[in-house]
Amino acid sequence: MNDLRHIRPYGDTWDDGKVQMSFSLPVPYGEEAKEAARQYVAKLGLLEPQVVHAMDLGEEMTFFVLYAKATHAIDFTTIKVPKVESPVMDFYEINQFIKDHIGRKVVVVGACTGTDAHTVGIDAIMNMKGYAGEYGLERYPEIDAYNMGSQVSNAALIRKAKEVNADAILVSQVVTQKDVHLPNLTELVDMLEAEGLRQRLVVICGGPRLNHEVALELGYDAGFGSGTLAPDVASFIVHEMVKRQTSKF
Amino acid sequence: MQSKLGLDERQIAEARALAGQIADDVMNFILDKTTVAIERTVLRLMGLDGVDEEGIPLANVLVDQVLRNGQLSGGVSRLVINGMLQTGLSLQKLGEKVAEGELDLFSLPAFEVESLLERGALEAERALDRIKNSRQARETYLQQLGEGPQPYVYVIVATGNIYEDIIQAKAAARQGADIIAVIRTTGQSLLDYVPYGATTEGFGGTYATQENFRIMRAALDEVGEEVGRYIRLCNYASGLCMPEIAAMGAMERLDVMLNDALYGILFRDINMQRTLIDQHFSRMINAYAGIIINTGEDNYLTTADAVEAAHTVLASQLINEQLAKRSGLPEEQMGLGHAFEMNPAIEDGLLWEWAQAQMAREIFPNAPLKYMPPTKHMTGNIFRGHVQDALFNLIGIATGQGIQLLGMMTEAIHTPLIHDRQLAIESARYIFNNARHLQDEIEFKQDGQMVKRAHQVVDEASALLQEMVDKGLFQSLSEGMFADVKRTPDGGKGRDGVVLRAPDYYNPIEEALYRRLGLDMGKEVSAR
Ligand code: B12
Repeated sequence: MNDLRHIRPYGDTWDDGKVQMSFSLPVPYGEEAKEAARQYVAKLGLLEPQVVHAMDLGEEMTFFVLYAKATHAIDFTTIKVPKVESPVMDFYEINQFIKDHIGRKVVVVGACTGTDAHTVGIDAIMNMKGYAGEYGLERYPEIDAYNMGSQVSNAALIRKAKEVNADAILVSQVVTQKDVHLPNLTELVDMLEAEGLRQRLVVICGGPRLNHEVALELGYDAGFGSGTLAPDVASFIVHEMVKRQTSKF
Repeated sequence: MQSKLGLDERQIAEARALAGQIADDVMNFILDKTTVAIERTVLRLMGLDGVDEEGIPLANVLVDQVLRNGQLSGGVSRLVINGMLQTGLSLQKLGEKVAEGELDLFSLPAFEVESLLERGALEAERALDRIKNSRQARETYLQQLGEGPQPYVYVIVATGNIYEDIIQAKAAARQGADIIAVIRTTGQSLLDYVPYGATTEGFGGTYATQENFRIMRAALDEVGEEVGRYIRLCNYASGLCMPEIAAMGAMERLDVMLNDALYGILFRDINMQRTLIDQHFSRMINAYAGIIINTGEDNYLTTADAVEAAHTVLASQLINEQLAKRSGLPEEQMGLGHAFEMNPAIEDGLLWEWAQAQMAREIFPNAPLKYMPPTKHMTGNIFRGHVQDALFNLIGIATGQGIQLLGMMTEAIHTPLIHDRQLAIESARYIFNNARHLQDEIEFKQDGQMVKRAHQVVDEASALLQEMVDKGLFQSLSEGMFADVKRTPDGGKGRDGVVLRAPDYYNPIEEALYRRLGLDMGKEVSAR
């Protein structure tokens, strides 16, 4: 029986702890380099490290591929990951849900903000054409969707949200190198708070390096990562609106 | 050269002629206009450098003053040359004095016209001689050191810190790279000035500054001598400062520049008038400096579908080619872009990619085509990604591409780490070597799907060009014909920086460029 309270990596034998890894060390290539890599991995708490490949990168750097055995185990039964809880409905169900429970069109404003010029992600969620066979929000008869495109300032996004009396704001952030997206995402929430709009709006962020957990930490209502489709987002928005009973008539 | 795909020469010549008509329309529109960026470029080429107390480049300080004074329609040159003649100062000193508020260019008496023109011509000759010298330095290096065979192995560095970039770049050169591109930080294209000095804080790239160019150039020369191969340096002459960056690159001996006529419009929402005017001046500089330009059609396939939109790439390449010709660029300096961007789930996708790469090769036989790797369909599965890149490399060698922009298995995650690049270069060299003469062995079945695919793309591109001729480029872009992106003539960033030339507009650098490049188009606008 597999004991899910003590889990270790698996290669070809239960509990063998097999891991593969690769990294570079800033040391010149040679036997000393390989030994350094081996010792380094041993220090990480891994047993029997084997350097199976080492390569001179130039500039006194060496690249390694290693195999080793992990010693630590974790208890899988205690793992908890914050997830978007609301059930995901399809295109038809969502529109019907809006008619039944909200009774007017839901207004959504979206943008890829700051200096970020990646539009494909937010377009996938919002544009008529949609993504991977799923229509985007613009296609939903019960949703008024405004896609502002990319390189949109937080101020412009908020202005638009006020102008169209939005129910939800969608923010896309794709460039995340050196955490460039964090100040921008936090700024939006701060600005919404300052304007007293935060509670009235469902505020959502998304992008390949974002997830729900991070989004909650940043003060958003939800966060979506790679592979998200429009119904995932729309379902969350409408459930959240009903939950808050914010429907304005 | 006999077309292996049986492409119809006449049809291609007709498509070229259509693209030529579109380019002529654009030229008509741009020749009576200038931009703040062009005027700043003129100052930089004449030797103005540095920043004021607040860190604003002196080129911006001067041009902004002239603009505010409502005199930019005459160009900045007359005022500064007049200032130099009246004060006896160098342009640099003059610029500093103006920035410090010690000198007012507008209240100086006007020098006699003849001497002014003479001095302007002299400054322009000096500026262009400097570029000529750096071009000669490149040729000397190439003779002494030689270079790698095509496809050139092109990799990027993008740490954000120029000193870290140097480590990565030198390592890449040792690993086998021929071209190092220093990717710019996110957001730089929208700055209406070029930052100053060596920089260490960028996101997803490193600021393009003249000093960064200089120190990277020196590092690559050093490693090039060690490895016995000239290592080319690439950056981006794009965004709101397109011509200024071209000038800096020309002075600091960059070898390759991203320099597309449409990219900034489509992918950064820069005003189309601004970009089209700027690209002409930039490309004249690149042409004269012997810099290979790269165009950005590959990007169309990230926002539009690679199968459906393949013909838009070809149509745009033809337009880019015709615009480039009108800026004096020879075909040997036209690194037209295309890409391997089909969804990997498509049955026979490899065949179609192959057909298209071969098609591009046959339509642009003299151009060092820039072939872009899969990017959009790269995922966190780096192992599969390495295989996607391998297929891309196979096509690169089998169709004789000029510049192979190596894919990284970590494309979907981060800008390249030092070993990502190593693995990519190792794989490319393996495949290039192992299949070096594959292209000589290959013929295509004349009724096969690869030949059909190529013909279909050419047909669709021709039809699109015809439609664009009827509508004009501006209207076509407004309708989203390229990259599924819609832009209007007055929308986007930087429109304010476009100025209609007055009849007495004066730009000695432009005149000298036209002359040295043997272009005569400028006659109308520069003759007084
Ligand atoms: C296409 C592309 C571009 C195109 C963008 C064209 C356009 N108009 O969008 C161009 C060429 C312009 C570009 C430029 C740059 N790019 Co880019 N680009 C990509 C690329 C190849 C694909 C992105 C993409 O379209 N994915 C497909 C979409 C559908 O996926 P997605 O964005 O993840 O979106 C999905 C989910 O994340 C989610 N989602 C996304 N947003 C939102 C929002 C909400 C509200 C919700 C609910 C969900 C959601 O739903 C979407 C559908 O499932 C990636 C690499 C890759 N394979 O990921 C690099 C990548 C994102 N780019 C990168 C970089 C660094 C840049 C540049 C900075 C490079 C440079 N120095 O010039 C510039 C930045 C320009 C700028 N100012 O932003 C890096 C980012 C690294 C990092 N982690 O920060 C990547 C990862 C490439 C790399 N390895 O270097 N890029």
